[in-house]
Amino acid sequence: MKLLKPIRVIIALFFFIPIVAFFLDFTGKLPRHLHELLHIQWVPALLSLNLVVIGVLFALSMIFGRVYCSTICPLGVFQDIIAWKARLFKKKKKKFSFRYSRPNNLMRYSILVITVIVFIFGSSFLVILFDPYSIFGRIISQVFRPLVIWGNNGLALIFNKMNNFSLYQVEQIAFIPAVFIIAISFLLLISYWSVNHGRLFCNLVCPVGSLLGLFSKVSLFHISFDNSSCTSCGLCAKHCKSECIDVKNKIVDDSRCVTCFNCLPECKNGSLKYAFRYQKVEKIPEEKSVEHAVNKSRRTFLMVSGALVTSAALAKTNHLIGQKDSILTRKPIMPPGAKNADHFNAHCTACQLCVSKCPMQVIKPASLEYGLSGIMQPHLVFSTEVFCTYECNICSAVCPTGALQLLHVNDKKLTQIGVVKLRLDMCQVIVHNTDCGACAEHCPTQAVHMVPYKNGLTRPEITPDICIGCGACESICPVRPYKAIYVEGLQVQTRAKKPQDAKKFDRKIDNFGF
Amino acid sequence: MKRRDFFKSAAVLGAASILSPKLLGSNSPVRKLAVHAEPDMVAIMGGEPGVMLERAFKELGGIGRYVKRGYKVVIKPNIGWDRTPELAANTNPVLVGTLVKLCKNAGASEVLVFDHTCQDWRKCYTNSGIEKAVTDAGGKMLPGNDEAYYREVEIPQGVNLKNAKIHQALLDCDVWFNVPILKHHGGAKNTISMKNLMGIVWDRRFFHGHDLHQCIADVATFHKKPALNIVDAYRIIRTNGPQGKSLSDVVMLKSLIVSPDYVAVDTAALKLFSQVQPTDIQDVRYIGLAQKLHVGTENLEKLNIKRVKM
Repeated sequence: MKLLKPIRVIIALFFFIPIVAFFLDFTGKLPRHLHELLHIQWVPALLSLNLVVIGVLFALSMIFGRVYCSTICPLGVFQDIIAWKARLFKKKKKKFSFRYSRPNNLMRYSILVITVIVFIFGSSFLVILFDPYSIFGRIISQVFRPLVIWGNNGLALIFNKMNNFSLYQVEQIAFIPAVFIIAISFLLLISYWSVNHGRLFCNLVCPVGSLLGLFSKVSLFHISFDNSSCTSCGLCAKHCKSECIDVKNKIVDDSRCVTCFNCLPECKNGSLKYAFRYQKVEKIPEEKSVEHAVNKSRRTFLMVSGALVTSAALAKTNHLIGQKDSILTRKPIMPPGAKNADHFNAHCTACQLCVSKCPMQVIKPASLEYGLSGIMQPHLVFSTEVFCTYECNICSAVCPTGALQLLHVNDKKLTQIGVVKLRLDMCQVIVHNTDCGACAEHCPTQAVHMVPYKNGLTRPEITPDICIGCGACESICPVRPYKAIYVEGLQVQTRAKKPQDAKKFDRKIDNFGF
Repeated sequence: MKRRDFFKSAAVLGAASILSPKLLGSNSPVRKLAVHAEPDMVAIMGGEPGVMLERAFKELGGIGRYVKRGYKVVIKPNIGWDRTPELAANTNPVLVGTLVKLCKNAGASEVLVFDHTCQDWRKCYTNSGIEKAVTDAGGKMLPGNDEAYYREVEIPQGVNLKNAKIHQALLDCDVWFNVPILKHHGGAKNTISMKNLMGIVWDRRFFHGHDLHQCIADVATFHKKPALNIVDAYRIIRTNGPQGKSLSDVVMLKSLIVSPDYVAVDTAALKLFSQVQPTDIQDVRYIGLAQKLHVGTENLEKLNIKRVKM
């Protein structure tokens, strides 16, 4: 029994450390298949309809209870680590001072149900906001990753001064205020709760936790009291980070227990057991009160959900009024593999994995480009020398939710994520009568190419049907404030035509020519 | 010259030669060039990149003329694109590797290689094959991806480009080699040795916004000139440059042109290029503009050119 806790910790770290490292790795040196650890998260698995993973996770919950929450979910493990760190600063007596609290069923089941309803009505807003894995992804990528990169840059400065170039400067360009504020708010709230109330977030807000709580109420194994030997000393409750052990009534609220096994080694009499549930018939008094609570609150629940659905629906409409240049009102550019806006917006949970993995940092979280309902979902933002690399498909390869479908590099090179718009009247060549050609120079398919203009000058010309929307042209166009060439987003990603090869030169040259 | 000015400059020169004799030393090959009647330019055809390079140095009197024991050497190839060597978007890795090896053998304390790439620099370094060739030969790849590596310098003779941020490795080295690849270029018409200088500068966008050709000529007036421009014309891009779309854009010329004179080497390379894709030198305006700024000469007749067919 006492071994269960260390086993839980080891398994948790086995998942947690690689996930964190994968999010933080800005060098691209970690093996790419680490992303598979993220495919076994509940919400990504549900969204990508990964039946195998769903089946296994469901079976785990039905057998062992909420082991997902205590081992696989990175946000869960993250809370445990924060609480563990915080305990180092607490006085010995106060280290473990959790107290049993009653479940707030109204709140937790409302959030679960409303999230599902809003999703069915076509807005991912609440899924994005509450999916624990995605919350964790945002905290890591928006708060911790910049710190790590700053640290790297500081070290690189010292290393480079000493003529060692194994470290190098990394630019940080993915800072989006709205996203950072949301990420850090969740970080602060969750940290506060985890230090003072353990897994309150998991048992009050997290829709996955609430759903798994329904399974763990009937799971084959659960933690229960041996009434005869228990002295009601309360040590177990003090150590229970779910605050779900009711010592007075000798009841463990299975729906909130995350099977962390912290209580087991604390019990001096061995009165707590993690054992098979169905050995003898038991009463579960908790059950009734849950139903009661839900019934009583039906009115509030409907009101809240109605309000949320309306606001989420309203949020889908874009307002960008009063801005004139067409580059400002263009549609957002989804990363390659997004298929179409409906698919993408419905499946993306804004976990920021593609944002973290994009070697060019061209993928950034959106503010309101997709509307409120797509807040923080990734889109492409081109800036000087920042565009989508032709030979790269990493975003589509790592996406755990299936919002981005895997594109092999050869397919990616033919996937049109946007389409070039050229405004010749603004072009450097036409306006200033000087050569430029930066756009064509950077265009990998020559959808932008130079044609004779006048006085030996060349000007750009576009062939939109071979354009893949990588934004290389836009990123390098020197015209300001609005560029003369840009990429317009597409609601449906299509297949671009294959660029035609040049005519092969096959004469042999054996003179210098000078 | 006034007597006071003479004393002043004598004092400065004296101090400079005591404090950094290497700096003045690096100018010496240019002077020797005239004295020993070694060629102003070597053009080689028909060999492998490394072999042609070794031959070129033999014709020029050995690499020891340029690289002294203990020198810190910088090599600036074109590594602008995430492309494999066959596609000829970047300088030939064997050529760069051989140059690193020759410098090391000549006693260079350090051989540093960098480019301010156009695409993801790590991929460019790797997929061009240059990173491996350089490290295998004992050289070091430097990042060029961040403004922190660049230092502001003045370009007093520049017309549009009066100052620029240039990579510190190049500013701090004892001698450097410019190792471009000959390619078609949609904007500048052609990219050879002077166009390759855009990779030593941080803010390239300025070039495109302020008359590309003039800025290229301007940066070529920067006082710290390469010991040699080594133009890789082993494989070249004939069409759709500077990246090229596929192998059909590539032509094998198996050539190498070497000269300390930017303008001469670009003129010669353009003539070689014109045999596969006729290009009017008037349209490659930066060559003429650079000559106007006394960077070098377009007049190949006046030069002592050594032509070698292997």
